[in-house]
Amino acid sequence: MKELIPLFVIIPLGGAFLTILVSWKFKRLSDIFGIFATGGLLVCAIMLPVTGTGGTYNVGGWPLGIGINFVIDGFSTLMLIIINLVSFAATIFSISYMTQYSAKYKYYSLFLLMVAGMNGVVLTGDMFNLFVFLEIASIASYALVAFGCEQEELEASFKYLVLGSIGSTLILLAVAFLYGIAGSLNMAAISTALSGIPGNLLTMFIAALFIVGFGIKAALVPFHPWLPDAHPSAPAPISAMLSGVLIKALGIYALTRVFFNVIGVSPFFGIVLMILGVLSMTIGVFLAVGQWDFKRLLAYHSISQMGYVVLGIGLGAYMIAEGGPVLVSGFALLGGIFHLANHAVFKSLLFLCSGSVQYATGTRQLKEMGGLKEKMPVTRFATTVASLSIAGVPPFNGFFSKLVIVIATIMAALYNPVFLVLTFFALLVSFVTLVSFLKVLRYTFLGMLKDTFRQIKESPAAMGIAMVFLAVFCIGMGILLVPQLREVLLDPAVDALAGGLKYAENVVAGYIP
Amino acid sequence: MVFTLCFAVFVIGLYCALTKKNIIKIVIGLTLMEYSVNLFLVMLGYRKDGIAPIRTRGIIDFLERAVDPLPQALVLTSIVIGLGVTAMAIAICIRLYQRYGTFDIMEIRRLKG
Repeated sequence: MKELIPLFVIIPLGGAFLTILVSWKFKRLSDIFGIFATGGLLVCAIMLPVTGTGGTYNVGGWPLGIGINFVIDGFSTLMLIIINLVSFAATIFSISYMTQYSAKYKYYSLFLLMVAGMNGVVLTGDMFNLFVFLEIASIASYALVAFGCEQEELEASFKYLVLGSIGSTLILLAVAFLYGIAGSLNMAAISTALSGIPGNLLTMFIAALFIVGFGIKAALVPFHPWLPDAHPSAPAPISAMLSGVLIKALGIYALTRVFFNVIGVSPFFGIVLMILGVLSMTIGVFLAVGQWDFKRLLAYHSISQMGYVVLGIGLGAYMIAEGGPVLVSGFALLGGIFHLANHAVFKSLLFLCSGSVQYATGTRQLKEMGGLKEKMPVTRFATTVASLSIAGVPPFNGFFSKLVIVIATIMAALYNPVFLVLTFFALLVSFVTLVSFLKVLRYTFLGMLKDTFRQIKESPAAMGIAMVFLAVFCIGMGILLVPQLREVLLDPAVDALAGGLKYAENVVAGYIP
Repeated sequence: MVFTLCFAVFVIGLYCALTKKNIIKIVIGLTLMEYSVNLFLVMLGYRKDGIAPIRTRGIIDFLERAVDPLPQALVLTSIVIGLGVTAMAIAICIRLYQRYGTFDIMEIRRLKG
């Protein structure tokens, strides 16, 4: 429904300013603002697939090509639902968790700014506007990583800020080059203009700038060093947001949107993405196995799981560009996108669980924990569900998306046997992930209860509700693959990418099927 | 020629941000990179002997002689964003100095692994 589109930016942006204005005097109100803003956004996001087709919205009523336009298609709908679902859960969790910190209202204000930035990135149909929203979300996240102002947090935030700004500058440079070639900033117009020009050295250079820029934002392996510091240092609900949705909205979403719908895919680009994906998967998971800090371990797993997503999308891009079987490219994209959605849910749940454990015990070191299973039943339930999901154990959601990716690589291997390598890596990484999470469960919840932890209690109800809320999605999201439900959410998302340059026609027509 | 200089500023900024040990110098490097990209954007819209894009003497004159106003609008936005990033970076630098008592990145190393 078209009328809903501007609300995704207005609600969090207005909420951010109102929160800081009103809560200056009435501090208790900040919780209510946070809940209402994110809850309202979640309702709006769920309304999108319910009310049917997507559309475009011209900001300020300026016609296409002059003003900025917002575009909703299948892929943005899916991303909006994920972002607002996770941010709603993180807000509920924050009500209790953030009482440890002073200045809770500043936290909510920054949180809503970050959500506004991410929603904007997902919605916008204008290259420079993409950069602006990307920077809104990034600056808010730099501040949130440093929120506790302790030594480690400041150091992590500075590292993140330096690498993040370099990434943003490269993206801006690429946008400038695109404007120089196409003479427009509108994605649809650029796409139309570029399709007339054969690929040359300059478009390769622009593509390389985008890959490095968005690769830094998405923490793909050669560009990942900021992530394992930044994500654990943030407060737990923010870690959940950063790992759960920020790297996806700013990195993966923007990268795929720019390549599939604006520049157009090429076999070379597909191969680069597949290599980055395999590198991220394997290096991320092997670095994760040796970690003893709960949140740091989760952060390395984020890198590894993003590898799966990039692998699926890269395989899809390669197959589309090479003119391979449509079935294979469809399956690969479906796997990538579905894993992106699933990873958002289970990884944010895992970070919330780590926050709950830290809230109760005051430590993040796995070796110092143990025997919490009777003290913290809700957290134990949620952690078990999320761990089994990320490890890809059936009936949980992670299993289905990994299965689709593995099937896609096997089908691609029928087309060209080289792709069996991908199948091998996908299965290997999945196995190592399982081992790593068995370690987590063993050291936190099983074993002997330490004497120092005799007095601990289960975390407050708000935190429990947030965790159970996400755990339900972890168990249930597998049903999205049922054909009737797939037509609602996943198939439109795949079509939006596989349609490629048809994006421009749809935007100009103002109607997105 | 000017484009080469612009590129040189960009590379100097990148070099500075990646290799310097002093965190203030790293921030200066980031700022240099931003400014070179801003300069590049403005130059994209420049034409020789162009006038300011303000419509005073009719549309024909405007179309023939005015420089492209869009990159200038972009640069204004980009400068404001750059201000935000720099302010954030400097704020973190001040806090780091309070906590560690040094600006040297080699001594600010508590995170490992």
